[in-house]
Amino acid sequence: MAMHQEELVDFDVALEKYDPVLGFEVHVELNTKTKMFSSAPNVFGDTPNTNVTPVCLGLPGVLPVVNKTAVEYAIMIGLALNCKIAERCGFARKNYFYPDTPKNFQTSQYDDPIAYDGWIDIELSDGEVFRVEIERAHMEEDAGKLTHMGGSTGRIQGADYSLVDYNRSGVPLVEIVTKTIEGAGKRAPELAKAYVAAIREIVKALDVSDAKMERGNVRCDANVSLMLKGAEKFGTRTETKNVNSLRAVEHAVRFEIERHAAVLNSGAAIVQETRHWHEDTRTTTSGRPKSDADDYRYFPEPDLVPVITTVEWIEELRSRLPEPPAERRKRLQADWGYSDAEFRDVVNAGVTEAIEETIAAGTTAAVARKWWMGEIARLAKNADKDVADLGVTSATIVELNSLIESKKINDKIARQVLEFVVAGEGTPSEVVEKRSLAVVNDDSALGAAIDAAMEAMPDVVAKVKGGKLQAIGALMGPVMKATRGQADAGRVRELVLEKLGIEG
Amino acid sequence: MSAISREDVAHLAQLAHIEMSDAELDKMTGELGVIVESIASVSEAASADVPATTHPIALSNVFREDVVGPTLTAEEALMNAPDSVDTRFKVPAILDGE
Repeated sequence: MAMHQEELVDFDVALEKYDPVLGFEVHVELNTKTKMFSSAPNVFGDTPNTNVTPVCLGLPGVLPVVNKTAVEYAIMIGLALNCKIAERCGFARKNYFYPDTPKNFQTSQYDDPIAYDGWIDIELSDGEVFRVEIERAHMEEDAGKLTHMGGSTGRIQGADYSLVDYNRSGVPLVEIVTKTIEGAGKRAPELAKAYVAAIREIVKALDVSDAKMERGNVRCDANVSLMLKGAEKFGTRTETKNVNSLRAVEHAVRFEIERHAAVLNSGAAIVQETRHWHEDTRTTTSGRPKSDADDYRYFPEPDLVPVITTVEWIEELRSRLPEPPAERRKRLQADWGYSDAEFRDVVNAGVTEAIEETIAAGTTAAVARKWWMGEIARLAKNADKDVADLGVTSATIVELNSLIESKKINDKIARQVLEFVVAGEGTPSEVVEKRSLAVVNDDSALGAAIDAAMEAMPDVVAKVKGGKLQAIGALMGPVMKATRGQADAGRVRELVLEKLGIEG
Repeated sequence: MSAISREDVAHLAQLAHIEMSDAELDKMTGELGVIVESIASVSEAASADVPATTHPIALSNVFREDVVGPTLTAEEALMNAPDSVDTRFKVPAILDGE
């Protein structure tokens, strides 16, 4: 199948003519110890098909039993999203045939979600607050993991066969569905990213999910449509599936706006279909059109009885909710002593938690900000990755900082060390050891380098002797070169002055 | 007039991935029609203040504590699999939705 190059309209041009309308479905994997309907462990990364019971495999005669903790987590998510909690709700079978679901149905909720009619305020990068209405949050189970083998791309197209691991089958999910979001205008891509970031922040703060997008703990399907400015009727939407990083959410929404505008401008109609997101090319391609396959023949799950919530239960769960993110941010900013602009940059960079963890692990607020907003941000930008995906942890920064404070390395070397850590060469100490990057402050080694530099630059020496102490800088270059940049600059200065008998 | 048409049955058969001959479709149209009519009579009997129910016994909140229980080994899990690779099930490549 030849790749079809999509026609696009420049984003700003598209937005002059059309208003984007958005909608999101975010799936959150809960971090319960066991699965939604069976006591199999809910653990990521184990040997395939070892965390399974007959329930996870959909073997004949099995009976599901609801995980109480998963229900409580779903209610907590609902409360955190300002939802109403259903007094009574039930489970339903969503029927479809695909090897990731061995029972041929996913146990979900249909017309009676556990949480509904909520809202969440999303703060954009300049501080503007945009309210997103929540339609519902319902409980369901995850499917198994398919790996497509053969072909050249690792994608389903051209695959020879697929391998299935049911360890993920039955992992508890809460699917959060927004109402239609209008009025975002040119900020639609940014809002999309901020919305998913906010959901991630909330479920992480609730400690109901590990919330790692790179592991699929939080997955987003993004619905986009365009309507002519001033029009009253929504356009046809497309649903881009499994957009699994914050940056990808932003890019996918932007791409679909540009693509829809081109299709509409040409006089053609948008096909209501799912779209596949490709991170490598930052494009979407056509998935499958809406069809009979979307007739899921939902019906009530006869093997499960209803969930009935009481006011006492809901209030007990409400009392477990952590500080709301907005209030938490205010408190952190005060604790850390960052300016409004500094703090907003930190939030926008998505490193609030990272900085909090780093400070908790033992650095000052200033040091934590210096690294996360400086070198780490730069490395992430160069690698075209989210900061979270670089593999830098609070422990990395604490270790790096203690190496600097103990004068084992200087700031410049520390930045190099970080690059090697990001490249997967080990912890900072390991990198310093393996690459022999420790600062040379052994006086004999430094002394030899300084002597050589002074001998080569008698004029500089004369200037220093004559009282122009800043001329020492000229000696620094050759000394650094001789020690491969690992000399302690302060110590070099002291030694030069000592050798010339000058009082520093 | 049956509430179920032949087209309805053909559609259901397609959704359920069941291949049916013309004769089977005719037979099932009649039989499903009888079932639907029988069920409809329940609606007539129930007054408006009787809520819909999905379970014959009035139970609710049947929960399990979040405690890990026994699992199958990969060998046991794969015991009835027609094909496997290492510890994973092997299935034909199936395009989404086809």
